[in-house]
Amino acid sequence: MLNVGLGHYLTVSALLLVLGIFGIFLNRKNVIVILMSVELVLLAVNLNFVAFSSVLNDLAGQVMAMFVLTVAAAEAAIGLAIVVIYFRNRGSIEVEDVTLMKG
Amino acid sequence: MITSMAPPFTYAVAIFAPLVGALIAGLLGRVTGDRVAQSVSIGCMVVAAICGSLAFFPLANDAAEPGVLLLGTWFDVGRFHVTWALRYDTLSAAMVAMVTFVSTLIHIYSVGYMGHDPYRKCRFFSYLSLFSFSMLMLVTSDNLLQLFFGWEGVGLCSYLLIGYWYDRPSACAAAIKAFLVNRVADIAFAVGVALVFVKFGSIEFNVIFPAIAAHQGDLYHLFGTDFRAFEVIGLLLAIGAFGKSAQIGLHVWLPDAMEGPTPVSALIHAATMVTAGVFLMARMSPLMEFAPFALSVVAFIGATTALFAATIGCVQNDIKRVIAYSTCSQLGYMFAAAGVGAYQASVFHLITHAFFKALLFLCAGSVIHAMSDEQDMRKMGGLARLIPMTCALMWIGNLALAGIPPLAGSYSKDAIISATWAAHSGVGTYAFVCTVAAAFLTAFYSWRLLFMTFHGKSRADHHVLGHVHESPAVMIGPLVVLSVGAIFAGMLLDRWFIGEGREEFWRGAIFTRPGNDIIEHLEQVPHWVELLPLVMGIAGIALALWFYILSPTIPARLASMFGGVYRFLLNKWYFDELYNTIFVQPLIRLSRVLWQVGDMKIIDGMPNGIAAFAGGGSRQTVKLQTGSLAAYAFSMLIGVVALVSVFLIFR
Repeated sequence: MLNVGLGHYLTVSALLLVLGIFGIFLNRKNVIVILMSVELVLLAVNLNFVAFSSVLNDLAGQVMAMFVLTVAAAEAAIGLAIVVIYFRNRGSIEVEDVTLMKG
Repeated sequence: MITSMAPPFTYAVAIFAPLVGALIAGLLGRVTGDRVAQSVSIGCMVVAAICGSLAFFPLANDAAEPGVLLLGTWFDVGRFHVTWALRYDTLSAAMVAMVTFVSTLIHIYSVGYMGHDPYRKCRFFSYLSLFSFSMLMLVTSDNLLQLFFGWEGVGLCSYLLIGYWYDRPSACAAAIKAFLVNRVADIAFAVGVALVFVKFGSIEFNVIFPAIAAHQGDLYHLFGTDFRAFEVIGLLLAIGAFGKSAQIGLHVWLPDAMEGPTPVSALIHAATMVTAGVFLMARMSPLMEFAPFALSVVAFIGATTALFAATIGCVQNDIKRVIAYSTCSQLGYMFAAAGVGAYQASVFHLITHAFFKALLFLCAGSVIHAMSDEQDMRKMGGLARLIPMTCALMWIGNLALAGIPPLAGSYSKDAIISATWAAHSGVGTYAFVCTVAAAFLTAFYSWRLLFMTFHGKSRADHHVLGHVHESPAVMIGPLVVLSVGAIFAGMLLDRWFIGEGREEFWRGAIFTRPGNDIIEHLEQVPHWVELLPLVMGIAGIALALWFYILSPTIPARLASMFGGVYRFLLNKWYFDELYNTIFVQPLIRLSRVLWQVGDMKIIDGMPNGIAAFAGGGSRQTVKLQTGSLAAYAFSMLIGVVALVSVFLIFR
């Protein structure tokens, strides 16, 4: 039977990170997809924290994962609220339309 | 150094009353209205004239002592002390009496002359009074700086009054020209004052004059040559005087100054301001006496101007310009006299000239007034029947100018011509020849003016002739008073200024070097020298009579026969054209280069270039802000990767 070790966790975590990053900047359409990709990146970080916590027998890592989950929830709430307001004002949440900062 | 007896209080009143008049008319004129402003400034001038005479006669009659009235400190910087003070000696008091008297009459005359003028009169009267005050500060100063203050003050008022009709471009140009030409001479004057300070450590007359003998041998080493200090200072002061008194080379502003109203021409550009240079020579006589070379330059320039201006006067057609050149010529006489050491004769001529030249100008003003502002003598003629009073007064003025005894001019002018003879020097002889020739020309152009204006057939059109009228009493009155002066001033003042009474009269106000007894020799010149000016004058009158009354075709024939000479004189020896080519055009070209290259390309170029660089740079930088979230996120990622790589590599 395959023995699941630290390496596997880290690999999954790295895959999640890369997926998240590509999700952010290959995505040309939807802001919500960006928010979800950010969640993926945070998930990858959480997985790293928990894996190292288990291997190193240090609970501080899991405490930190709890914090990250809390912050991620808050961030998702605020982000979605912004997206709703933005949609109300502009009638679109397509990423390519969001160029108010263009110089 | 200062006598214990203070000058009479009236002296200070005479000097400050015009200032009060100028301030009230100038600052409150708009509130009080023109009539009140006029009355106040005239009232102040009348007070000044009365006080001026009251202050002068005790001094002339030996009833008062010369002195200095200290008013306060002006500068007190290091070794440089300058006070405001009124010098009370014969020279100053005589000038004060003359200036206040003539100025008062001209103020009164202006009421009539400026009556139809569309501008506010308070401005005109305020300038006139301010001018009188500046002139009085000039003649009463006790140091060179206060003199310079008055000097510049009269220059400023002259500028303001020449440009009084500021909507005429020619008046503005003439005002600027007068100001600029005077500045050229003032530079020399200012340098002279500075050298006096360096040499004597003071510019107070009471300190300078006693110290002059001790510094006689001083030299300036310059350009590998030694120059005597007094020659340099004397020459610089003389150049300043040449500018103010319109001597040849620096005379170009005076004829143009006739753009101002006629009372201004009479007061400033004939009777008072232009004589400031002559006054300076007399005031600085203790120094000039020890600068023989500078003095001979003064005599040379003066004599040349006397002849040169008289030749131009003979062909001009503008009635005021003829008198302007006549003024220039008479100033030349005064300088010639000062240059041979006869300062007394020079100041004497200054005083008598003030009377008859103011009279002549005001008469010309009366003619212009009668002719509805026509100044060209070719369009006059036959006016004697229409304005007999003005004609008679102008005859008196011209008789005085031409030096026909016993009028004022004959005394002072003959004294000058005798003095140049009595000098027995090379330059003296030159001055003698020039002044005698100028006496002939003076009589000629004076009578040419009279004949062209008042006699012969009228050349004016009948519209103008229909309006010709004698001037009102407010204009004729001052003329009559001046004509009395023009008749009797010479007779009455001769004994004081150059006669037996001169020692007690001057009491050291004018210094003459031991050995300079030219004034005593005036009486001992040969009989023919004394008679010569009169003969010349009569010959000039006879020639004018022949040319302009008996056979009026001669001048035109002569003009076409000697076309070159005629044009040379008509164009005033081409001085304006010469200066235009030598100074004005190169200056305009230089200014254009400085403007287009120096100012626009270099000075404006630097800040403009920096601004353009910053603008261009930011236009490029701004392109980094795409506004695309994905790009921001990607660049953030790149940044993180880069930071982590650096951290890993250089750990």
